[in-house]
Amino acid sequence: MDEPLNVVLFSGTDDKLQAAAVLTAGAAAVGKPVHLFLQYWALDAFRRERILADHGLAPEAGERGRAAVERLARAGQAPWHETLRMAKDLGGVDVQACSLSMDLLGIEQRDLDPLVDGVEGVTAFYDTAGDDQVLFI
Amino acid sequence: MGDYHPDLHVDARGLNCPMPIVRTAQAMKALKEGDIVEVTATDPGSVRDFAAWSRTTGHVLLDSSTDGSLYRFVLRHK
Repeated sequence: MDEPLNVVLFSGTDDKLQAAAVLTAGAAAVGKPVHLFLQYWALDAFRRERILADHGLAPEAGERGRAAVERLARAGQAPWHETLRMAKDLGGVDVQACSLSMDLLGIEQRDLDPLVDGVEGVTAFYDTAGDDQVLFI
Repeated sequence: MGDYHPDLHVDARGLNCPMPIVRTAQAMKALKEGDIVEVTATDPGSVRDFAAWSRTTGHVLLDSSTDGSLYRFVLRHK
């Protein structure tokens, strides 16, 4: 269980970010280090002024999916950024922004929520990942 | 149901996966070896999750019981 988990977050919809946050929190709770690499629309969702916004759901969610997600939220499910914050509090979670995606969005690290620890390129990502597992969400 | 005297109670009722485990993991960080934690939860997945979490982390699952849709776990800090 000590093998690190590397997760590439590409999608920026709230459901996929929640799924990623849940996987991250579960890993952190068993002491498994997690390395998150934020690309494209996932990175966009981590913008300081956008993190609390409604980022929509994946197209397959549809109306029923939207209703189901809203029901869980009303029942008190923490939003994805809260889940992720708790995971980071447990320790062992490193969140890095993809430098290409930073250029794409025209932003700097100060534009991002403090959940993001730094900025790195794909070479650094692979250097950290080594031969360990990589998930793409 | 065993007769334990918990040092801490974690109320995870109404919380979805993975929050019962996350809250318990947070609580454990403030405790020391031998301390007893009692968790109550309503997430049905927590039965397998607490068994797995105990195996992985080494914190001992002393008791796991179900009362209708309420789940109770007693753990000892490793």
